[in-house]
Amino acid sequence: MISDNDLQALWITLQLATLTTLILLLLGTPLAWWLAHSRARIKPVIEAIIALPLVLPPTVLGFYLLLALGPQGIFGQTSQALGLGSLAFTFSGLVIGSVFYSLPFVVQPLQNTFSAIGRRPLEVAATLRATALDRFFSVILPLARSGFITATILGFAHTVGEFGVVLMIGGNIPGETQVLSIAIYDHVEAVDYVSAHWLAGGLLLASFIMLLLVYRYNRRLQVLPS
Amino acid sequence: MSLQARFQLSRGDFTLQAEFSAPAQGITALFGPSGCGKTTLLRCIAGLEPGARGSVQLGQTTWQDAHTFVPVHRRGIGYVFQEANLFAHLSVRNNLLYGYRRSGGDQGGVDPERIIQLLGIDQLQDRSVQNLSGGERQRVAIGRALLSAPQLLLMDEPLAALDRESKNAIMACLQQLSQELAIPVLYVSHDHSEVAQLAQQMIMLDGGRVQATGPVIELLNRLDLPLAHAPDAETIVEGIINAHDERYGLSYLEFAGGRLTVTQADLPVGQTVRVRLQARDISLTLSQQTDTSILNIFPVTIEAIVEEPPAQQLVILDANGATLLARITRKSAEYLKLAVGKQVYAQVKSVALV
Repeated sequence: MISDNDLQALWITLQLATLTTLILLLLGTPLAWWLAHSRARIKPVIEAIIALPLVLPPTVLGFYLLLALGPQGIFGQTSQALGLGSLAFTFSGLVIGSVFYSLPFVVQPLQNTFSAIGRRPLEVAATLRATALDRFFSVILPLARSGFITATILGFAHTVGEFGVVLMIGGNIPGETQVLSIAIYDHVEAVDYVSAHWLAGGLLLASFIMLLLVYRYNRRLQVLPS
Repeated sequence: MSLQARFQLSRGDFTLQAEFSAPAQGITALFGPSGCGKTTLLRCIAGLEPGARGSVQLGQTTWQDAHTFVPVHRRGIGYVFQEANLFAHLSVRNNLLYGYRRSGGDQGGVDPERIIQLLGIDQLQDRSVQNLSGGERQRVAIGRALLSAPQLLLMDEPLAALDRESKNAIMACLQQLSQELAIPVLYVSHDHSEVAQLAQQMIMLDGGRVQATGPVIELLNRLDLPLAHAPDAETIVEGIINAHDERYGLSYLEFAGGRLTVTQADLPVGQTVRVRLQARDISLTLSQQTDTSILNIFPVTIEAIVEEPPAQQLVILDANGATLLARITRKSAEYLKLAVGKQVYAQVKSVALV
């Protein structure tokens, strides 16, 4: 059955996925906008970097993130300088790792949507007296609604489903960094198939429902780079 | 408030270098072949081309010069694009109100009800934009631009994508609107009959440069400009409706050169109208024919003759101050011994009210 430990893992997973998705929407929207409209030479390089988590084994990403979050790494040093200690094996570290890991799942649907909308509706809105901020909220946001729904659901679902990266950088600290996917792994290791079934089945169902929502609201969904 | 604009913009091997002014009222056509920079120039004026150098002033207000760049949303323009570009997420009503709400309610003499009525879009307001025809969409787009109370209306070939019927209907609306609006309108077009019908002034562009500016009637007739040499060269003359003939369903107009007979027009006597006379519909005779079905015959003096190889000549005619063009064969010209200064009769086979 479901133990307190499992509930804790569920709670951490939900926190992690929610926080990661929010951060990704904030960072991903301007980034996707830039990618959709820029003709800069560096654009393909940025696109390739963003797409890396799609092809890399999570352990590779996790390994480098571990180094970056550790006491000698760029994130680790920054956080230490701020008096926050090392980030490896902490919830904050998990959030940073998840942001990198789920980035393409948020940026790509947004970029596709923004490309499809084009600049013209913004130009029209500008000629009708709308300021830049007004244009974003009154034109882009509603026109890109399906893209935002897709990006949110995919970003969330993908963060819930991550395993390799979490294992590498988060360790497996119950109540702090132990997420559902790792709790399932532990149950299987301990041959506690009943508990494993509860969690795995729940995750399967939840993931299916989320994807169903995506496909229900978006005819043209692209998970992979177009 | 008249408009002054001067712009320079390079893009690849195309260079726009144009300077012009437009009067404070009425429609000024930006005319020229595809790729001559009309649209780019219009976008520069709107502030949609941040890379363009130059200046634009409307009356005393400077929107752009070496030190100033007023952003698009503060320029007080209305812009109608070639495609209607209605906001797909808004109803017709909310499309119409988008700019109206943001213009601070200062309608500058524009009555929204009147615009909606003139454009015939009152019945469409609760529809979704997906269910509109092409003509309806463009009407809504024009209404949306006008309801934002612009000080300058910019129109980029707004009728180019429409069928003949919608086009004519909207043109009639635009004619009416331009008479009621107290703002200048810049109208981009490559269709000279559209220009002849709508515009009073004209700016001819070619290869990114201004070729000529002036009243439409003058420019259409100038032999040094390509318009007069187009296969469908025409002249526009202005006349006043003088009487209607109910019996034959005809109207008579007085113009400088005499009396013109046209199919009865539903317009009051005394109204000034424009008629279009196509060069290929005008033939010349040495004496006044009486045994002919042609009704419109008047005496003219030959002003100039221009060769149009291989077989034709364009004869420019002065009908007591009004200019007409006739396209005839060189063979006929030689046979009639046409020469500059000679008095002949022009027979006009068809006259269309513009």
